Amino acid sequence: MSARRLAVEARVNGDPVEFLCDPEQTLLEALRDELGLTGTKEGCGTGDCGACSVLLDGALVCSCLVLAAEAEGREVRTVEGLAPRENGGDRSLGVLQRKFLEHAALQCGICTPGFLVAADALLARNADPSESEVRYGISGNLCRCTGYDKIVRAVLDAAVELRRAKAGGGA
Amino acid sequence: MEAFRYEAPTTLDAALALLAREAAVAPEQRPAILAGGTDLIVQMRGGLRRPAAVIDVKRVPELARIDVGADGLSLGAAVPCASLRGREDVRALWPGLVEAAELIGSMQIQGRATVVGNLCNASPAADTVPSLLVLGARVRIAGPRGVREVPVSDFCVAPGRNALAPDELATALFVPRPAARSADAYLRFTPRAEMDIAVVGAAARVTLAPDGRCTAAAVALGAVAERALLAPAAAEALVGTRLEPASLARAADAARAAARPIDDKRGTAFFRRHVTGVLVTRAVERAAARAGARP
Repeated sequence: MSARRLAVEARVNGDPVEFLCDPEQTLLEALRDELGLTGTKEGCGTGDCGACSVLLDGALVCSCLVLAAEAEGREVRTVEGLAPRENGGDRSLGVLQRKFLEHAALQCGICTPGFLVAADALLARNADPSESEVRYGISGNLCRCTGYDKIVRAVLDAAVELRRAKAGGGA
Repeated sequence: MEAFRYEAPTTLDAALALLAREAAVAPEQRPAILAGGTDLIVQMRGGLRRPAAVIDVKRVPELARIDVGADGLSLGAAVPCASLRGREDVRALWPGLVEAAELIGSMQIQGRATVVGNLCNASPAADTVPSLLVLGARVRIAGPRGVREVPVSDFCVAPGRNALAPDELATALFVPRPAARSADAYLRFTPRAEMDIAVVGAAARVTLAPDGRCTAAAVALGAVAERALLAPAAAEALVGTRLEPASLARAADAARAAARPIDDKRGTAFFRRHVTGVLVTRAVERAAARAGARP
Protein backbone atom coordinates (compact mmCIF):
# COMPACT_ATOMS: atom_id res chain seq x y z
CA MET A 1 0.00 0.00 0.00
CA SER A 2 1.50 3.32 -1.03
CA ALA A 3 1.54 6.38 1.22
CA ARG A 4 -0.47 8.14 -1.46
CA ARG A 5 -3.53 6.07 -0.70
CA LEU A 6 -6.50 7.99 0.61
CA ALA A 7 -8.90 6.77 3.28
CA VAL A 8 -12.52 7.37 2.31
CA GLU A 9 -15.60 7.00 4.48
CA ALA A 10 -18.96 7.02 2.76
CA ARG A 11 -22.36 5.35 2.81
CA VAL A 12 -23.13 2.86 0.06
CA ASN A 13 -26.70 1.60 -0.27
CA GLY A 14 -27.34 2.78 3.26
CA ASP A 15 -24.38 1.00 4.83
CA PRO A 16 -21.35 2.86 6.19
CA VAL A 17 -18.19 1.83 4.31
CA GLU A 18 -14.50 2.63 4.57
CA PHE A 19 -12.00 1.98 1.84
CA LEU A 20 -8.56 3.01 0.65
CA CYS A 21 -8.05 4.34 -2.86
CA ASP A 22 -5.45 5.95 -5.06
CA PRO A 23 -6.19 9.55 -6.10
CA GLU A 24 -6.48 8.39 -9.73
CA GLN A 25 -9.04 5.71 -8.94
CA THR A 26 -12.57 6.40 -10.07
CA LEU A 27 -15.63 5.73 -7.95
CA LEU A 28 -16.48 2.96 -10.42
CA GLU A 29 -13.13 1.27 -9.77
CA ALA A 30 -13.46 1.66 -6.01
CA LEU A 31 -16.98 0.20 -6.00
CA ARG A 32 -15.88 -2.81 -7.99
CA ASP A 33 -12.30 -3.39 -6.83
CA GLU A 34 -12.25 -2.10 -3.24
CA LEU A 35 -15.85 -2.81 -2.16
CA GLY A 36 -16.63 -5.85 -4.32
CA LEU A 37 -19.81 -4.27 -5.68
CA THR A 38 -19.46 -5.55 -9.22
CA GLY A 39 -23.04 -4.82 -10.29
CA THR A 40 -21.92 -1.44 -11.63
CA LYS A 41 -20.32 -1.97 -15.05
CA GLU A 42 -17.76 -0.09 -17.09
CA GLY A 43 -18.88 0.50 -20.67
CA CYS A 44 -17.06 3.37 -22.33
CA GLY A 45 -15.19 4.98 -19.43
CA THR A 46 -15.90 8.44 -20.83
CA GLY A 47 -19.43 9.19 -19.64
CA ASP A 48 -21.08 8.41 -22.96
CA CYS A 49 -22.83 5.11 -22.27
CA GLY A 50 -24.25 5.34 -18.73
CA ALA A 51 -23.48 1.69 -17.85
CA CYS A 52 -21.73 2.85 -14.66
CA SER A 53 -24.61 5.06 -13.48
CA VAL A 54 -25.00 5.48 -9.73
CA LEU A 55 -26.68 8.02 -7.49
CA LEU A 56 -24.26 10.31 -5.64
CA ASP A 57 -26.10 12.24 -2.92
CA GLY A 58 -29.23 11.59 -4.97
CA ALA A 59 -27.83 12.89 -8.28
CA LEU A 60 -27.61 10.50 -11.22
CA VAL A 61 -23.96 10.43 -12.33
CA CYS A 62 -21.53 8.27 -14.28
CA SER A 63 -19.27 6.71 -11.66
CA CYS A 64 -16.46 6.52 -14.26
CA LEU A 65 -16.37 10.35 -14.17
CA VAL A 66 -16.21 10.61 -10.37
CA LEU A 67 -12.99 10.21 -8.41
CA ALA A 68 -13.32 7.71 -5.59
CA ALA A 69 -11.95 10.32 -3.19
CA GLU A 70 -14.89 12.58 -4.00
CA ALA A 71 -17.22 10.10 -2.27
CA GLU A 72 -15.86 11.10 1.16
CA GLY A 73 -18.84 11.76 3.43
CA ARG A 74 -21.31 11.19 0.62
CA GLU A 75 -24.15 8.75 -0.02
CA VAL A 76 -23.80 6.38 -2.97
CA ARG A 77 -26.60 4.19 -4.31
CA THR A 78 -25.73 1.43 -6.76
CA VAL A 79 -27.77 -1.19 -8.57
CA GLU A 80 -27.27 -3.51 -5.58
CA GLY A 81 -29.29 -1.01 -3.53
CA LEU A 82 -32.32 -1.49 -5.78
CA ALA A 83 -32.87 -4.94 -4.30
CA PRO A 84 -34.71 -4.63 -1.00
CA ARG A 85 -33.41 -6.50 2.03
CA GLU A 86 -35.58 -9.31 3.33
CA ASN A 87 -35.97 -10.00 7.03
CA GLY A 88 -33.15 -12.51 6.97
CA GLY A 89 -30.78 -9.89 5.48
CA ASP A 90 -30.72 -11.38 1.98
CA ARG A 91 -31.72 -9.18 -0.89
CA SER A 92 -34.57 -9.96 -3.30
CA LEU A 93 -35.22 -8.34 -6.64
CA GLY A 94 -36.90 -4.94 -6.66
CA VAL A 95 -39.89 -4.13 -8.84
CA LEU A 96 -37.81 -2.56 -11.63
CA GLN A 97 -35.44 -5.52 -11.70
CA ARG A 98 -38.35 -7.97 -11.84
CA LYS A 99 -40.02 -6.04 -14.66
CA PHE A 100 -36.79 -6.04 -16.68
CA LEU A 101 -36.80 -9.84 -16.44
CA GLU A 102 -40.53 -10.18 -17.24
CA HIS A 103 -40.23 -7.96 -20.31
CA ALA A 104 -36.92 -9.50 -21.43
CA ALA A 105 -35.49 -5.99 -21.35
CA LEU A 106 -31.91 -7.19 -21.47
CA GLN A 107 -29.71 -9.37 -23.59
CA CYS A 108 -26.00 -9.18 -22.82
CA GLY A 109 -26.71 -7.32 -19.58
CA ILE A 110 -23.73 -4.95 -19.46
CA CYS A 111 -25.90 -1.85 -19.80
CA THR A 112 -28.67 -3.14 -17.52
CA PRO A 113 -27.44 -1.90 -14.11
CA GLY A 114 -27.09 1.60 -15.55
CA PHE A 115 -30.59 1.51 -17.02
CA LEU A 116 -31.99 0.27 -13.71
CA VAL A 117 -30.34 3.04 -11.72
CA ALA A 118 -31.38 5.72 -14.26
CA ALA A 119 -34.95 4.37 -14.32
CA ASP A 120 -35.04 4.24 -10.53
CA ALA A 121 -33.95 7.89 -10.42
CA LEU A 122 -36.63 8.79 -12.96
CA LEU A 123 -39.42 7.04 -11.04
CA ALA A 124 -38.28 8.65 -7.79
CA ARG A 125 -38.95 12.12 -9.20
CA ASN A 126 -41.83 11.20 -11.54
CA ALA A 127 -44.04 8.31 -10.45
CA ASP A 128 -46.23 8.48 -13.57
CA PRO A 129 -43.96 9.21 -16.54
CA SER A 130 -45.17 9.26 -20.14
CA GLU A 131 -43.38 7.08 -22.66
CA SER A 132 -41.43 10.08 -23.94
CA GLU A 133 -40.45 11.01 -20.38
CA VAL A 134 -39.15 7.47 -19.89
CA ARG A 135 -37.21 7.67 -23.14
CA TYR A 136 -35.75 11.01 -22.06
CA GLY A 137 -34.96 9.68 -18.57
CA ILE A 138 -32.87 6.83 -19.99
CA SER A 139 -31.38 8.80 -22.89
CA GLY A 140 -27.98 8.90 -21.20
CA ASN A 141 -27.82 5.11 -21.33
CA LEU A 142 -26.80 3.12 -24.38
CA CYS A 143 -27.94 -0.43 -25.15
CA ARG A 144 -26.55 -2.14 -28.23
CA CYS A 145 -28.77 -5.24 -27.97
CA THR A 146 -32.41 -4.55 -27.24
CA GLY A 147 -33.46 -1.57 -29.30
CA TYR A 148 -34.79 0.09 -26.12
CA ASP A 149 -38.44 -0.76 -26.65
CA LYS A 150 -38.56 -3.55 -24.09
CA ILE A 151 -36.67 -1.42 -21.62
CA VAL A 152 -39.20 1.40 -22.01
CA ARG A 153 -42.09 -1.03 -21.55
CA ALA A 154 -40.47 -2.54 -18.45
CA VAL A 155 -40.02 0.90 -16.87
CA LEU A 156 -43.61 1.91 -17.66
CA ASP A 157 -44.92 -1.37 -16.23
CA ALA A 158 -42.80 -0.96 -13.10
CA ALA A 159 -44.24 2.54 -12.67
CA VAL A 160 -47.76 1.10 -12.79
CA GLU A 161 -46.96 -1.54 -10.20
CA LEU A 162 -45.17 0.91 -7.92
CA ARG A 163 -48.09 3.34 -8.05
CA ARG A 164 -50.53 0.52 -7.35
CA ALA A 165 -48.46 -0.67 -4.38
CA LYS A 166 -48.34 2.87 -3.02
CA ALA A 167 -52.08 3.38 -3.45
CA GLY A 168 -52.77 0.05 -1.75
CA GLY A 169 -50.44 0.84 1.15
CA GLY A 170 -47.92 -1.67 -0.17
CA ALA A 171 -50.26 -4.61 0.40
CA MET B 1 -4.63 8.25 -15.50
CA GLU B 2 -1.22 9.45 -14.42
CA ALA B 3 -0.60 9.98 -10.72
CA PHE B 4 -1.70 13.24 -9.15
CA ARG B 5 -2.37 14.62 -5.68
CA TYR B 6 -6.03 15.04 -4.75
CA GLU B 7 -6.87 18.17 -2.78
CA ALA B 8 -10.30 19.09 -1.47
CA PRO B 9 -10.07 22.52 0.18
CA THR B 10 -13.04 23.66 2.23
CA THR B 11 -12.48 27.41 1.95
CA LEU B 12 -11.88 29.72 -1.00
CA ASP B 13 -8.67 30.99 0.63
CA ALA B 14 -7.34 27.44 0.93
CA ALA B 15 -8.18 26.75 -2.73
CA LEU B 16 -6.40 29.95 -3.82
CA ALA B 17 -3.38 29.15 -1.62
CA LEU B 18 -3.09 25.74 -3.33
CA LEU B 19 -3.27 27.38 -6.76
CA ALA B 20 -0.66 29.99 -5.78
CA ARG B 21 1.68 27.31 -4.48
CA GLU B 22 1.38 25.30 -7.70
CA ALA B 23 1.39 28.23 -10.12
CA ALA B 24 5.14 27.98 -10.66
CA VAL B 25 5.14 24.40 -11.97
CA ALA B 26 5.60 23.65 -15.66
CA PRO B 27 2.48 24.54 -17.67
CA GLU B 28 1.65 20.93 -18.56
CA GLN B 29 1.74 20.00 -14.85
CA ARG B 30 -0.36 22.92 -13.61
CA PRO B 31 -3.10 21.97 -11.19
CA ALA B 32 -6.51 21.17 -12.56
CA ILE B 33 -9.68 22.53 -11.00
CA LEU B 34 -12.20 19.74 -10.51
CA ALA B 35 -15.82 20.87 -10.38
CA GLY B 36 -18.04 18.51 -12.42
CA GLY B 37 -15.08 16.67 -13.94
CA THR B 38 -16.99 15.61 -17.05
CA ASP B 39 -14.39 17.21 -19.30
CA LEU B 40 -11.38 17.03 -16.96
CA ILE B 41 -11.50 13.33 -16.06
CA VAL B 42 -11.94 12.35 -19.72
CA GLN B 43 -9.00 14.59 -20.67
CA MET B 44 -6.80 13.14 -17.92
CA ARG B 45 -7.70 9.58 -18.85
CA GLY B 46 -6.87 10.34 -22.47
CA GLY B 47 -3.48 11.75 -21.46
CA LEU B 48 -4.38 15.22 -22.73
CA ARG B 49 -3.86 16.70 -19.26
CA ARG B 50 -1.31 15.59 -16.70
CA PRO B 51 -1.80 17.84 -13.67
CA ALA B 52 0.42 17.34 -10.63
CA ALA B 53 -2.57 18.16 -8.43
CA VAL B 54 -6.34 18.03 -8.83
CA ILE B 55 -8.14 20.61 -6.71
CA ASP B 56 -11.74 19.60 -6.04
CA VAL B 57 -13.60 22.84 -5.30
CA LYS B 58 -16.98 21.30 -4.48
CA ARG B 59 -16.40 21.50 -0.72
CA VAL B 60 -16.05 25.29 -0.77
CA PRO B 61 -19.53 26.35 0.42
CA GLU B 62 -19.80 29.67 -1.43
CA LEU B 63 -19.04 27.98 -4.76
CA ALA B 64 -22.07 25.69 -4.33
CA ARG B 65 -24.60 28.54 -4.16
CA ILE B 66 -27.38 29.65 -6.49
CA ASP B 67 -28.52 33.14 -5.49
CA VAL B 68 -31.31 35.03 -7.23
CA GLY B 69 -31.23 38.64 -6.08
CA ALA B 70 -32.73 41.95 -7.12
CA ASP B 71 -29.85 42.56 -9.53
CA GLY B 72 -29.61 39.08 -11.01
CA LEU B 73 -28.37 35.52 -10.71
CA SER B 74 -25.15 34.43 -9.07
CA LEU B 75 -24.31 30.87 -10.06
CA GLY B 76 -21.44 29.24 -8.16
CA ALA B 77 -18.67 27.33 -9.89
CA ALA B 78 -19.57 24.05 -8.18
CA VAL B 79 -23.29 24.05 -9.02
CA PRO B 80 -24.13 21.14 -11.34
CA CYS B 81 -26.56 21.75 -14.21
CA ALA B 82 -29.02 19.30 -12.63
CA SER B 83 -29.44 21.69 -9.70
CA LEU B 84 -31.03 24.23 -12.05
CA ARG B 85 -33.72 21.72 -13.00
CA GLY B 86 -35.77 22.26 -9.86
CA ARG B 87 -35.21 26.02 -9.67
CA GLU B 88 -38.35 27.43 -11.23
CA ASP B 89 -37.30 30.95 -10.17
CA VAL B 90 -34.18 30.67 -12.35
CA ARG B 91 -36.07 29.11 -15.27
CA ALA B 92 -38.74 31.83 -15.12
CA LEU B 93 -36.19 34.62 -15.53
CA TRP B 94 -33.54 32.95 -17.72
CA PRO B 95 -35.33 30.15 -19.63
CA GLY B 96 -32.75 30.13 -22.44
CA LEU B 97 -29.85 29.58 -20.05
CA VAL B 98 -31.68 26.72 -18.32
CA GLU B 99 -32.63 25.07 -21.62
CA ALA B 100 -28.98 25.27 -22.70
CA ALA B 101 -27.85 23.66 -19.42
CA GLU B 102 -30.45 20.90 -19.91
CA LEU B 103 -29.01 20.08 -23.34
CA ILE B 104 -25.53 19.30 -22.03
CA GLY B 105 -24.74 15.59 -22.32
CA SER B 106 -27.31 13.50 -20.48
CA MET B 107 -28.99 13.41 -17.07
CA GLN B 108 -25.84 11.71 -15.80
CA ILE B 109 -23.57 14.40 -17.23
CA GLN B 110 -25.83 17.17 -15.89
CA GLY B 111 -25.60 15.55 -12.45
CA ARG B 112 -21.95 16.59 -12.42
CA ALA B 113 -21.23 19.17 -15.14
CA THR B 114 -21.34 22.84 -14.12
CA VAL B 115 -22.16 25.93 -16.17
CA VAL B 116 -18.93 27.59 -15.00
CA GLY B 117 -16.99 24.51 -16.08
CA ASN B 118 -18.73 24.52 -19.44
CA LEU B 119 -17.46 28.09 -19.88
CA CYS B 120 -13.94 27.43 -18.52
CA ASN B 121 -13.50 24.44 -20.84
CA ALA B 122 -13.77 27.03 -23.63
CA SER B 123 -15.15 24.71 -26.27
CA PRO B 124 -16.45 26.61 -29.32
CA ALA B 125 -19.54 24.35 -29.17
CA ALA B 126 -20.30 24.80 -25.43
CA ASP B 127 -24.08 25.00 -25.11
CA THR B 128 -24.35 27.52 -22.28
CA VAL B 129 -21.88 30.06 -23.66
CA PRO B 130 -24.13 31.59 -26.39
CA SER B 131 -26.83 31.97 -23.72
CA LEU B 132 -24.41 33.63 -21.32
CA LEU B 133 -23.30 35.97 -24.12
CA VAL B 134 -26.79 37.24 -24.99
CA LEU B 135 -27.52 37.74 -21.28
CA GLY B 136 -24.42 39.90 -20.78
CA ALA B 137 -23.10 37.54 -18.09
CA ARG B 138 -19.83 38.18 -16.27
CA VAL B 139 -17.34 35.74 -14.73
CA ARG B 140 -16.26 36.38 -11.15
CA ILE B 141 -12.61 35.51 -10.72
CA ALA B 142 -10.74 35.24 -7.42
CA GLY B 143 -6.97 35.31 -7.16
CA PRO B 144 -4.09 36.57 -5.05
CA ARG B 145 -4.66 40.10 -6.38
CA GLY B 146 -8.29 40.11 -5.26
CA VAL B 147 -11.54 39.62 -7.13
CA ARG B 148 -12.17 40.75 -10.70
CA GLU B 149 -15.02 40.38 -13.14
CA VAL B 150 -14.63 39.62 -16.83
CA PRO B 151 -17.47 39.72 -19.38
CA VAL B 152 -18.12 36.26 -20.81
CA SER B 153 -17.45 37.80 -24.25
CA ASP B 154 -13.79 38.34 -23.20
CA PHE B 155 -13.31 35.10 -21.27
CA CYS B 156 -12.74 32.42 -23.92
CA VAL B 157 -9.68 33.29 -25.96
CA ALA B 158 -9.19 30.18 -28.12
CA PRO B 159 -10.46 26.60 -28.26
CA GLY B 160 -9.75 25.15 -24.81
CA ARG B 161 -8.16 28.38 -23.53
CA ASN B 162 -9.62 30.98 -21.21
CA ALA B 163 -8.53 34.26 -19.62
CA LEU B 164 -7.69 32.81 -16.19
CA ALA B 165 -4.15 33.28 -14.86
CA PRO B 166 -2.62 30.09 -13.37
CA ASP B 167 -3.26 31.34 -9.83
CA GLU B 168 -6.86 32.39 -10.45
CA LEU B 169 -10.16 30.60 -9.93
CA ALA B 170 -13.51 31.32 -11.61
CA THR B 171 -15.83 31.35 -8.60
CA ALA B 172 -19.21 32.23 -10.12
CA LEU B 173 -21.15 33.63 -13.02
CA PHE B 174 -23.22 36.75 -12.58
CA VAL B 175 -26.21 37.08 -14.92
CA PRO B 176 -28.09 40.41 -14.83
CA ARG B 177 -31.85 40.30 -14.20
CA PRO B 178 -33.69 40.72 -17.52
CA ALA B 179 -35.52 43.96 -18.29
CA ALA B 180 -39.33 44.00 -18.36
CA ARG B 181 -40.83 42.10 -21.33
CA SER B 182 -37.45 40.52 -22.10
CA ALA B 183 -36.66 36.85 -22.56
CA ASP B 184 -34.00 34.53 -23.94
CA ALA B 185 -33.89 31.23 -25.82
CA TYR B 186 -31.28 28.73 -26.97
CA LEU B 187 -31.49 26.13 -29.73
CA ARG B 188 -28.91 23.82 -31.19
CA PHE B 189 -28.66 21.36 -34.02
CA THR B 190 -27.38 17.84 -33.27
CA PRO B 191 -28.02 14.55 -35.07
CA ARG B 192 -28.81 12.88 -31.72
CA ALA B 193 -30.95 14.58 -29.06
CA GLU B 194 -28.70 13.69 -26.11
CA MET B 195 -25.02 13.02 -25.58
CA ASP B 196 -24.09 15.01 -28.65
CA ILE B 197 -22.14 18.17 -29.38
CA ALA B 198 -23.68 21.13 -31.15
CA VAL B 199 -23.11 21.33 -34.89
CA VAL B 200 -24.51 24.85 -34.54
CA GLY B 201 -25.97 26.62 -31.50
CA ALA B 202 -27.86 29.90 -31.42
CA ALA B 203 -29.05 32.04 -28.52
CA ALA B 204 -31.28 35.10 -28.67
CA ARG B 205 -32.56 37.68 -26.20
CA VAL B 206 -35.21 40.22 -27.13
CA THR B 207 -37.06 43.01 -25.34
CA LEU B 208 -40.49 43.97 -26.63
CA ALA B 209 -42.37 47.24 -26.16
CA PRO B 210 -46.05 46.88 -25.16
CA ASP B 211 -46.97 47.41 -28.83
CA GLY B 212 -44.82 44.43 -29.87
CA ARG B 213 -41.91 46.43 -31.27
CA CYS B 214 -38.46 45.01 -30.48
CA THR B 215 -36.54 47.59 -28.43
CA ALA B 216 -33.42 45.59 -27.63
CA ALA B 217 -31.90 42.33 -28.83
CA ALA B 218 -28.81 40.15 -28.71
CA VAL B 219 -27.85 37.15 -30.83
CA ALA B 220 -24.97 34.73 -30.17
CA LEU B 221 -23.68 31.73 -32.09
CA GLY B 222 -21.91 28.54 -31.04
CA ALA B 223 -19.80 26.03 -32.98
CA VAL B 224 -19.36 28.30 -36.00
CA ALA B 225 -16.08 29.97 -35.02
CA GLU B 226 -13.05 29.33 -32.81
CA ARG B 227 -15.21 30.45 -29.88
CA ALA B 228 -18.85 31.28 -29.26
CA LEU B 229 -19.51 34.81 -30.47
CA LEU B 230 -22.02 37.62 -30.39
CA ALA B 231 -23.49 38.67 -33.75
CA PRO B 232 -24.25 42.39 -33.19
CA ALA B 233 -25.33 42.97 -36.79
CA ALA B 234 -28.01 40.30 -36.39
CA ALA B 235 -29.28 42.02 -33.25
CA GLU B 236 -29.32 45.41 -35.00
CA ALA B 237 -31.47 43.93 -37.77
CA LEU B 238 -34.13 43.18 -35.14
CA VAL B 239 -34.22 46.38 -33.06
CA GLY B 240 -37.00 48.75 -34.07
CA THR B 241 -38.88 46.06 -36.01
CA ARG B 242 -41.93 44.01 -35.12
CA LEU B 243 -39.92 40.83 -35.78
CA GLU B 244 -41.88 40.23 -38.96
CA PRO B 245 -40.51 37.62 -41.40
CA ALA B 246 -38.49 40.13 -43.46
CA SER B 247 -36.70 41.39 -40.32
CA LEU B 248 -36.01 37.85 -39.12
CA ALA B 249 -34.58 37.03 -42.54
CA ARG B 250 -32.26 40.06 -42.35
CA ALA B 251 -31.10 38.94 -38.88
CA ALA B 252 -30.54 35.41 -40.18
CA ASP B 253 -28.45 36.74 -43.07
CA ALA B 254 -26.40 38.89 -40.70
CA ALA B 255 -25.81 35.87 -38.45
CA ARG B 256 -24.72 33.76 -41.44
CA ALA B 257 -22.28 36.54 -42.37
CA ALA B 258 -20.88 36.62 -38.82
CA ALA B 259 -20.34 32.84 -38.77
CA ARG B 260 -16.95 31.57 -39.85
CA PRO B 261 -17.44 27.80 -39.57
CA ILE B 262 -15.09 25.01 -40.56
CA ASP B 263 -15.67 21.63 -42.16
CA ASP B 264 -15.29 18.84 -39.64
CA LYS B 265 -16.77 15.45 -38.77
CA ARG B 266 -19.91 17.10 -37.35
CA GLY B 267 -20.78 19.09 -40.43
CA THR B 268 -19.57 21.13 -43.36
CA ALA B 269 -19.04 24.88 -43.24
CA PHE B 270 -21.76 25.26 -45.90
CA PHE B 271 -24.28 23.32 -43.82
CA ARG B 272 -23.34 25.14 -40.61
CA ARG B 273 -23.81 28.53 -42.22
CA HIS B 274 -27.24 27.52 -43.49
CA VAL B 275 -28.33 26.11 -40.11
CA THR B 276 -27.05 29.24 -38.36
CA GLY B 277 -29.73 31.30 -40.10
CA VAL B 278 -32.46 28.76 -39.39
CA LEU B 279 -31.63 28.51 -35.69
CA VAL B 280 -31.28 32.27 -35.22
CA THR B 281 -34.74 32.80 -36.72
CA ARG B 282 -36.29 30.16 -34.47
CA ALA B 283 -34.43 31.29 -31.34
CA VAL B 284 -35.61 34.89 -31.87
CA GLU B 285 -39.20 33.71 -32.37
CA ARG B 286 -39.00 31.58 -29.23
CA ALA B 287 -37.50 34.40 -27.15
CA ALA B 288 -40.12 36.84 -28.50
CA ALA B 289 -43.00 34.51 -27.62
CA ARG B 290 -41.66 34.28 -24.07
CA ALA B 291 -41.07 38.04 -23.80
CA GLY B 292 -44.57 38.77 -25.06
CA ALA B 293 -46.02 36.52 -22.37
CA ARG B 294 -44.26 38.48 -19.62
CA PRO B 295 -45.68 41.44 -17.75
